[in-house]
Amino acid sequence: MSAPARRRLAPDPAEAAREALDRAALERAWSNPAGFVGWLTSANHKSVAIRMIVTAFGFFALGSALAAVMRLQLARPENHLVGPDLYNQIFTMHGSTMMFLFAVPVMEAFGIYLVPLMIGTRNVAFPRMNNFGYWIYLAGGLMVWTAFVLNIGPDAGWFAYVPLSGPAYSPGKRVDLWAQLITFTEIAALVAAVEIVVTTLKMRCPGMSLNRMPLFVWAMLVTAFMVIFAMPAIMVASTMLAMDRMVDTHFFNPAEGGDALLWQHLFWFFGHPEVYIIFIPATGFVSTLVSTFSRRRIFGYPAMVLALIATGFLGFSLWVHHMFATGLPLLGESFFTAASMMIAIPSGIQVFCWLATLRSGRVVLRAPLLFALGFIALFVLGGLTGIMLAALPLDLQVHDTYFVVAHFHYVLIGGALFPLLGAVLFWLPKLTGRMPSERLGRWSFAVTFIGFNLTFFPMHLLGLGGMPRRVYTYGPGVGLTTGNVVASAGAAVLALGLLLFFANVAWTLRRGAPAGDDPWGAETLEWATTSPPPAYNFAYLPTVDGSAPLWSTRERPVVTGLRTDVREVLITDGIDATPDHRHRLDGASIWPFLTAVAATIGIVTALFTPWGVTIGALLGLITLTGWFWPRGAPEHAIAEEQP
Amino acid sequence: MTRVVVLVIAVISAACSGRMPVLDPAGPQAGRIATYWWVSFWLSVVILTAVLAFLLHAVTRRRVLVTPPASPIEDVRTERRLTLGVSAAVGATALTLVVLLVTSIATGRALHTFGGTQPLTVEVTGHQWWWEVEYWDPVPSQRVRTANEIHIPVGRPVLVKTRSLDVIHSFWVPGLHGKKDNIPGHPSSLVLQADRVGTFGGRCAEFCGVQHAHMQLLVIADPPDAFEAWLQAQRRPAAIPTDPAAHRGFDVFMQGPCALCHTVLGTPAGGRTGPDLTHLGSRTTLAAGTLPNTPGHLAGWIIDPQSEKPGAQMPANSFSADDLSALLAFLGGLQ
Repeated sequence: MSAPARRRLAPDPAEAAREALDRAALERAWSNPAGFVGWLTSANHKSVAIRMIVTAFGFFALGSALAAVMRLQLARPENHLVGPDLYNQIFTMHGSTMMFLFAVPVMEAFGIYLVPLMIGTRNVAFPRMNNFGYWIYLAGGLMVWTAFVLNIGPDAGWFAYVPLSGPAYSPGKRVDLWAQLITFTEIAALVAAVEIVVTTLKMRCPGMSLNRMPLFVWAMLVTAFMVIFAMPAIMVASTMLAMDRMVDTHFFNPAEGGDALLWQHLFWFFGHPEVYIIFIPATGFVSTLVSTFSRRRIFGYPAMVLALIATGFLGFSLWVHHMFATGLPLLGESFFTAASMMIAIPSGIQVFCWLATLRSGRVVLRAPLLFALGFIALFVLGGLTGIMLAALPLDLQVHDTYFVVAHFHYVLIGGALFPLLGAVLFWLPKLTGRMPSERLGRWSFAVTFIGFNLTFFPMHLLGLGGMPRRVYTYGPGVGLTTGNVVASAGAAVLALGLLLFFANVAWTLRRGAPAGDDPWGAETLEWATTSPPPAYNFAYLPTVDGSAPLWSTRERPVVTGLRTDVREVLITDGIDATPDHRHRLDGASIWPFLTAVAATIGIVTALFTPWGVTIGALLGLITLTGWFWPRGAPEHAIAEEQP
Repeated sequence: MTRVVVLVIAVISAACSGRMPVLDPAGPQAGRIATYWWVSFWLSVVILTAVLAFLLHAVTRRRVLVTPPASPIEDVRTERRLTLGVSAAVGATALTLVVLLVTSIATGRALHTFGGTQPLTVEVTGHQWWWEVEYWDPVPSQRVRTANEIHIPVGRPVLVKTRSLDVIHSFWVPGLHGKKDNIPGHPSSLVLQADRVGTFGGRCAEFCGVQHAHMQLLVIADPPDAFEAWLQAQRRPAAIPTDPAAHRGFDVFMQGPCALCHTVLGTPAGGRTGPDLTHLGSRTTLAAGTLPNTPGHLAGWIIDPQSEKPGAQMPANSFSADDLSALLAFLGGLQ
């Protein structure tokens, strides 16, 4: 078998007729079953990703509502709106929801939607596993939120420090629910990470060597590798915690030779990279937005890629700065201070390259770019306070105060949510085929930006004023009232800004003007197909000969020779993206959903009895057997047929 | 414009830093940290201003086009200039980081050292949700145990040993020093010193459960001789009261639930679950900074602690009105 041939697409009637025939065949081969069943069985990366994005924003709304309750409670001293028990559940759920059920999944979902389109292929590498990952994610979120609604939500913080989260100080099921939420989310995150790594490395269209890959794809690739290396730490930690709680092990019990600090090391070895897992995809958004709206390729592409990779590595070397107050040896203090400061260099490189791109480009100030510009301002401020926190002496003062709350909301809302909102506006035309309102977009940016700063800037001062995190109330006359009142008022403005943003999305869905293929004049391949893209993404897989294919004036050849009657994709070399072989992808199936149900039954049952693990494994064995049962013609028989 | 507002707020915050304990240090340790803060604060202001100014300039420099131009623009000379600019900016970043790193390490080392004076050693144990304080002395009978309020002599270093027997807490008195965690199984310590007389608020800074918000403490820096007098007073056991009301209160305390959890030296009460009450009357707050120490609040706290500090380990108690006022008379006498 030889590699598929390339041909030039010429606009003559015979070609057009053949393309129409091919499209009809592709449509039959790639379409999913309709209706409810189709919804459960989908093997289309775009529908799964959109579902995941919508679900993640649903959890975002819930997490934001919790934040609003906290701001109401703290709006005045000695407030009695919520008691300490409920408040502790609320901040635990707020953190866990935003980190595990919103930020990480939504970034991965954008990756799953955009990566195959940006690299010019028809689907992700493992479409059924992709669907499985979504259901696992949803099940985890529903489980923990059901518990919260029943007033048995986890209450030991999203970091669940032992011994507080251990069996002696957190009786009941609350912390078990948190640990099982981790089980769900780590499975879902790993599934998405494997999808992205394999898709990116093996399915890029011919010509897209690594040095031509869009920066967003690079960002997702680095993120996916970080997920793969960070998740095992929390997986081990949460399993040890669950075992301490359920089967009386003593991993974290100092009285029996266990160690309370071990948890913190394992948790932060995951927890700090987690921040970059959220932030790095956001830099991919920003690079895309800055490049598109500056009307030039990003300045310093190689430096940007190296900065991403450096961030990925350095992100694993500074977890101890979350533990400065536990008492470290002098050398450890210096090492982790230096490592934590060093990460400012790759971040700085990225910021300077964006600034250089904006400075030398011809800036088109559209609403999505405004969010990216807002990001730069907020992220620089958040980064600077991050450098302050990296210094051990200063960290000893502001650690676990509202100064830290301010810092990480600047880097997470400013550094990740702002780019995400910009990305939503930017890709909404691709997802829906309709243009968002520019005016609403600008207003929502302005109100969100002002509201955000009003809410979180005063928190720096509250922290310096001595207000610790995770307190349900504070006393009058200790100098904390003004800052809290301003922050709570700002939260209302921020909420209004976000409402305007989602009103814009709703308006787009109902009234938005038709977008066309490439409304922004962007450079990457997802804009080379229709909006929304067909189930098979491209009628003929594209090829590229540079890093901004749609801005190239040269004619772009396309790939022909792939079968149109089955789900066939082109597998290419990992570095140069030279065609290697054709590969048939799986289609829609109910088994991934059933496997997710089996896993959910196992994980939830394990809350009550260790036999849950056995039950889940047996059910999983059945569903996995169904999933992988050989069907139809063997793969080599198909591969040998020539179209 | 908002960015300008942010900067203005930053400057105002600098101006009114006197109200913030972190920036109003009362001792050498907090002073060194505050110095580091000001170094990094002003560097940050400069960097943020420069970046924002450049950003504003970059996006407002050319006429904003309504429709995207047909093709992107890049030219070799501009690229070379940008490379130089970006490299210079990265170099400046690295240099700034080196300055901050060296300052930080120097500050960190200075925090570990203290002058030749023999430090006063105080062991602070975190409990859910109060602080147990023990003044160390080579002679066991001379050790002093108290709760939630730490008196220290001005001008003498104090070695605070932090530990915990339940969950993780964190000892933090921002006017004097940064935090040190109280971790079960990992005893640690820090050295602080007050250079002026005063009362400094402190609190638990690590989330430790339902009443983390109400786990406060006070550090009271006294002149050395006043401190010695206080320490001597604290060493004295309580006298069995002779006044009839107080004596009845003594009986209520010993026969009721109180003695099960609290210690009053010189009496049979030796419970260690709650704070030592031998010198309760000499403290200014109740329940780890939750309430001022007045007879009214004390009565309310004894009868119904859960309404003031829901989840606290102290149970509600029911006493007849006479018993309660007798108890208050006894407790008020524990000076």
